[in-house]
Amino acid sequence: MDLFEYQARDLFAKHDVPVLAGEVIDTPEAAREITERLGGKSVVKAQVKVGGRGKAGGVKLAATPDEAVARATDILGMDIKGHTVHKVMIAETAPEIVEEYYVSFLLDRANRTFLSIASVEGGMEIEEVAATRPEAVAKTPIDAIEGVTPEKAREIVEAAKFPAEVADKVVNVLVKLWDTFIKEDALLVEVNPLAKVASGDVIALDGKVSLDDNAEFRHPDFEELHDKAAANPLEAAAKEKNLNYVKLDGEVGIIGNGAGLVMSTLDVVAYAGEKHGNVKPANFLDIGGGASAQVMANGLEIILGDPDVKSVFVNVFGGITACDEVANGIVQALKLLEDRGEQVTKPLVVRLDGNNAELGRQILTDADHPLVQRVDTMDGAADKAAELAHAAK
Amino acid sequence: MAIWLNKDSKVIVQGMTGSTGMKHTKLMLGDGTNVVGGVNPRKAGTSVDFDGTEVPVFGTVKEAIEKTGANVSVIFVPEKFTKDAVVEAIDAEIPLAVVITEGIAVHDTAAFWAYAGKKGNKTRIIGPNCPGIITPGQSNVGIIPGDITKPGRIGLVSKSGTLTYQMMYELRDIGFSTAVGIGGDPIIGTTHIDALAAFQDDPDTDLIVMIGEIGGDAEERAAAFIKDNVTKPVVGYVAGFTAPEGKTMGHAGAIVSGSSGTAQAKKEALEAAGVKVGKTPTETAKLARAILAG
Repeated sequence: MDLFEYQARDLFAKHDVPVLAGEVIDTPEAAREITERLGGKSVVKAQVKVGGRGKAGGVKLAATPDEAVARATDILGMDIKGHTVHKVMIAETAPEIVEEYYVSFLLDRANRTFLSIASVEGGMEIEEVAATRPEAVAKTPIDAIEGVTPEKAREIVEAAKFPAEVADKVVNVLVKLWDTFIKEDALLVEVNPLAKVASGDVIALDGKVSLDDNAEFRHPDFEELHDKAAANPLEAAAKEKNLNYVKLDGEVGIIGNGAGLVMSTLDVVAYAGEKHGNVKPANFLDIGGGASAQVMANGLEIILGDPDVKSVFVNVFGGITACDEVANGIVQALKLLEDRGEQVTKPLVVRLDGNNAELGRQILTDADHPLVQRVDTMDGAADKAAELAHAAK
Repeated sequence: MAIWLNKDSKVIVQGMTGSTGMKHTKLMLGDGTNVVGGVNPRKAGTSVDFDGTEVPVFGTVKEAIEKTGANVSVIFVPEKFTKDAVVEAIDAEIPLAVVITEGIAVHDTAAFWAYAGKKGNKTRIIGPNCPGIITPGQSNVGIIPGDITKPGRIGLVSKSGTLTYQMMYELRDIGFSTAVGIGGDPIIGTTHIDALAAFQDDPDTDLIVMIGEIGGDAEERAAAFIKDNVTKPVVGYVAGFTAPEGKTMGHAGAIVSGSSGTAQAKKEALEAAGVKVGKTPTETAKLARAILAG
């Protein structure tokens, strides 16, 4: 889960990483009172999860409370690279910036540990610095058990060649930032820029945080951080039902079991679509190993409720779960939907393979539902589903 | 011979007395796996009857090893307690720990992986969030259905459970030496490279099927390894060509970030290393079949 800047700021503040004051609002008028409290001037910052806000006009200085309201009015509702601005942060104006640095901690998948990245050339995208001036970027592996002690932080500071006069302060920031990373179960904590201001202090002026959704069990507060406004309504409905669903932009609805098989199903449908008017998968939906009638019904309901969907491909490999149970699930799911008053009008192509496949196929044949077609290979079923979607387009 | 698991493997189940552990212990026993014990400190000294097979419950992994000579542990404990369970297995120096549990916080995985390293890597860890490992006809540890395929000469390594089953099914007439599901989390113990190296050295394996998916660069690194170290034929499949950037596709590690972790890049890297890569699972199976037919 990627956080907004204001959420990152709040987490930094919670763990004593030095930040400026700032509050988030979603109506322009609220900017006045906050700006007054901040001493009459502020920075109005668009809250979007995409880089390049400044260049897009999403960050503006306000010299008076009235001006803050005017800038908030301009920025709220603005489109920044396809992201609509629903919230702005009214932040304390930064003291005079002398230098801009970069520090982050992140997951290093390849080395199965954590990594620190630090540079005295902050303020721009670190990927850009790494590409043009790799010698200016210091990468230091962090042992997951030992973590970032003051000694380790000093090693990072030396590797990145921070100026001596800020070394102690950057060490302190790194230790606190590591605290944030560990205690919040983050995948990424990034400060860019970490600014040295005229007083000699270093302050985190902007930051990015990404949290591990799998750690939600020990962070009940993660729930509040979810950006419910931005979620696609179908994705939100699926989440309510604990379904693993991602909305895509095609026409063939997909239901399958197992993340890998569903990803593969999307690809196979896209290939098949090349022969059928370029239809594409409409979604990712993994109903998992169990695949009970109830779960199948919930999944079908989401997919049939997607106006973009013209046909549905149910692709199940029976592992531990037997295909006869899955077939019964499909038949019962359709009945359940009809009982709920749903008009099921979209054709379903079903492929069952694996454990008890013959029994499962027989159940579908016997049920003889007018909308359900059985195709017994994955590639063949994908082709049929693409053909039906194209015909209905 | 197979890799890492054979008929002599003595298996204990951490979390055997939970509902998932019970269900799969029964299935593993049915597949002929030599399950010698379960671990649950609160039920130590008791035993569980699985259709006539009495399996004793021990208080700790260490005790289970001392009393049974177990050399494999399979872990079904809930995600909140998985880190402690793996650390216990590492402390007991069990040679193989297979972590089935899904939804483990990545900081926990990073911590137990680092811990295994500090203890001298005496425990091979497979997973987490994986279906386990099967040597058909000999032993089955985890949740892979035991009856899809028969013993044979293909080695399989995959990030995905259901794609493992699909591929075992496609090639069920030829059969497998060992199939290992390494899991789809951002940090995993055993990697594609570990399995490729083991299959390369396994006299019972003639061909290797490697299944990858979007996210990270494990497939690219595996491709580099194959180029330099693997002389046996390798057939590959990569899932997730149509996955959008920035969206997690089911597995916690299956995410394209910017331009990195794409299926296209993985396919190209594998092909550059001489691996034949199928467009669909079925086509991948055909490629394997053609190579084995000569």
